[in-house]
Amino acid sequence: MMKKPLLLAAFVGLLCFPLLSYAQKNSCVECHTGLEAKLKAPVESLKQDIHQQFGLSCKDCHGGDPAKDEVNKAKDKTFKGAPKRSQIPEFCAKCHSDAAYMRSFNPGLRVDQLSQYWTSKHGQLLKTGDGKAAVCTDCHGVHGIQSAKYPKSLTFPWNIPQTCGRCHADASYMAGYKIPTNQLAEYKESVHARALFEKKDLSAPTCNDCHGNHGAFPPEVKSIASVCRQCHPSTGDLFSRSPHKKAFDEMGVSECEACHGSHKIERPTSDMLGTGEKSVCVQCHEAGSLGYKAADELKNLFDGFQAQFQKNADILALAEKKGVEVSEPKFRLQDLNTTLVSAKNLVHGLALEEIRKKIAEGDQTLADIDTEGIKALGEAKFRRRGLIIATAFLALFGIALFLKIRQMQKPGHSPGSD
Amino acid sequence: MKKLSQNVFAYVNERFKLQGLFDFAKHKKVPEHEYSFWYYFGGIALFLSGIQVATGIMLMLYYTPSIDAAHESVQFIMSQVKFGWLIRSVHSWTANILIGILFVHMFSAYFLKAYRKPRELTWITGFFLLILFMAFGFSGYLLPWNELSYFATRVGTDIAGSLPLIGKWLKSVILGGTSVSQATLSRFFWFHVALLPLAAFFVIVIHVLLVQILGMSVPLKLKGKKVKEISFFPDFLYKDALGWTLILVLVGVVCVFLPWEVGKKADPFAATPIGIKPEWYFTFMFTTLKFIPARVLFIEGEQLAILGFMIGGLFWMLAPFIDSRAAQEKRSPVFTWIGLAVALYIAVMTILTYTFPKL
Repeated sequence: MMKKPLLLAAFVGLLCFPLLSYAQKNSCVECHTGLEAKLKAPVESLKQDIHQQFGLSCKDCHGGDPAKDEVNKAKDKTFKGAPKRSQIPEFCAKCHSDAAYMRSFNPGLRVDQLSQYWTSKHGQLLKTGDGKAAVCTDCHGVHGIQSAKYPKSLTFPWNIPQTCGRCHADASYMAGYKIPTNQLAEYKESVHARALFEKKDLSAPTCNDCHGNHGAFPPEVKSIASVCRQCHPSTGDLFSRSPHKKAFDEMGVSECEACHGSHKIERPTSDMLGTGEKSVCVQCHEAGSLGYKAADELKNLFDGFQAQFQKNADILALAEKKGVEVSEPKFRLQDLNTTLVSAKNLVHGLALEEIRKKIAEGDQTLADIDTEGIKALGEAKFRRRGLIIATAFLALFGIALFLKIRQMQKPGHSPGSD
Repeated sequence: MKKLSQNVFAYVNERFKLQGLFDFAKHKKVPEHEYSFWYYFGGIALFLSGIQVATGIMLMLYYTPSIDAAHESVQFIMSQVKFGWLIRSVHSWTANILIGILFVHMFSAYFLKAYRKPRELTWITGFFLLILFMAFGFSGYLLPWNELSYFATRVGTDIAGSLPLIGKWLKSVILGGTSVSQATLSRFFWFHVALLPLAAFFVIVIHVLLVQILGMSVPLKLKGKKVKEISFFPDFLYKDALGWTLILVLVGVVCVFLPWEVGKKADPFAATPIGIKPEWYFTFMFTTLKFIPARVLFIEGEQLAILGFMIGGLFWMLAPFIDSRAAQEKRSPVFTWIGLAVALYIAVMTILTYTFPKL
């Protein structure tokens, strides 16, 4: 009974197969594959495109009827062709701002990119008719658009500096905008870039983390501190409680940037404190002032701690080289890095007493480790002395044996006579 | 004083009847000739085995066979226990020197054709002792539960797992499960301190007994020549003791200047470090497996290599029975050439392991 309907369905399916393949026909790809390089490129790029992976094709963006063979019929009334630069944001937003449509592909994806874009410097410039202002395709690519999660994507964290730098590091392209073009070079020297490129830490900030992505805009003096606080909240809190907060606000100086810079944020060292050449304190504090003296004291505290830390590290390394197991004091020494980092962080709160207490705690541990290091070196010496004494005894024993054997080998010695 | 010792000896002798043993040792003769240097390696191996037992027993006092505490206990031995660093370093260094000495002892016995009739069983027990001591090395290597030993064990047991037919079963028996875990550590500890010592003790007793009963073999080259003889006790033993003293100095120097490292604690979730290798005495097999193509004719390369080693090992063990010329007291150059080829292969492959880039 069941066999007949099944056979019928199979027969209909077989008949429909050519029709199905006709429906999947894509004359855009067929034609463009045979065209010159520039027009053929989209076909090649599209193979890696995220839209293609979600089942979208040429007609979903450009319209037309890819089922038709003739160019005129394929480019029907719905055909849109390539949009002008100024039209690109709206062109992409047709789908990307449509929450209901985007939900079917990725319910978690935001749909406010266009509205954000119009608040960005890029969007504002585009509105004024500046054709050089960045649009969607400048950062995401045209036909080879890839997910930001894909390491080869232009918007993957460690590619972003280069993506932004394509325009912002090009002095001739940026000539008319009167803004510096050294941001990329400076960023590459920063502690953030080291974390991103060398440690491959994808949480390290790159351009869009401070400037925003679709709503990219240079942060104002007031907002810089809020931007940095996104990752450094405890430092921000300490600063807010410090006397510097009021002073900076009154002077209209941006909080973090005043001492640490913007793109070239280097690893903070004690040289930033004190009253030396690299000191940031002397920018505001005059010689003899309380702040000047405090800066000096802070630098001395940290320098003293770091010198003792290095001395301990050298002793332990030497003891380890001499074969003494010192992993426990080494671990404790490593742990003191946390003390140092947390003491350095306290500098933002300018609570001198708290810093002194923290450093004193660390100094005590450093003294203990120093004792252990010296003991380890003593142990190494003891082992070598022990070896010399043991070897001397063994050598004596060996010589005695050797002489006995020689005596036994002399003619006239009867085997087993001893 | 002399009288006291005589009295003590008389007391013990009356109960244990030791005089016969002393008489045997005193009257036992050992041939002495241009090749007798090689005889001493057996004695050194026995001496080092004794050191292994003594230091191993001492290490057991502090070692904890648990994945949460093994590494810490070894670190404790190395840093806190008085002379712990020395005991562990002596144990680890002598284990390695011992295996090296066993290889020398085996090849010297092979090239001098000391395996020939009636010493076939001496040779076979010696072969088993080498396997047992390599198993000692393999099981002991994991005990500190450090990164290198953990991953080397994983590599080693994976190789065992690729054996035809019994591979999967054997791997799960060795590991006590599907991966290197607490069950593996417990098992390896049990192998290392209970099963293997018991087995090694019996095989050593048989091996030494056979050497004592049959005496030392005189090389074929000296056949027909008059060979000098010395008494086993004390003449030969003095020379043996000189060898032991020299080895002891060597062990002392390496232990003081290169104490055996503890290494980083094993992290089963970490990626296998690049360039992970087993202990040096397994590397000739490991490198062969790395070099052999994935497929040779109709058989998987790895399986072919393992099969080759098994057949090779069997041939090596049964050499006294296959080498019929040596059994008839005739020279057998073919077997000498085979031995040279095997020694060269092991040496080249071992050197390649440490010199070939990205192996």
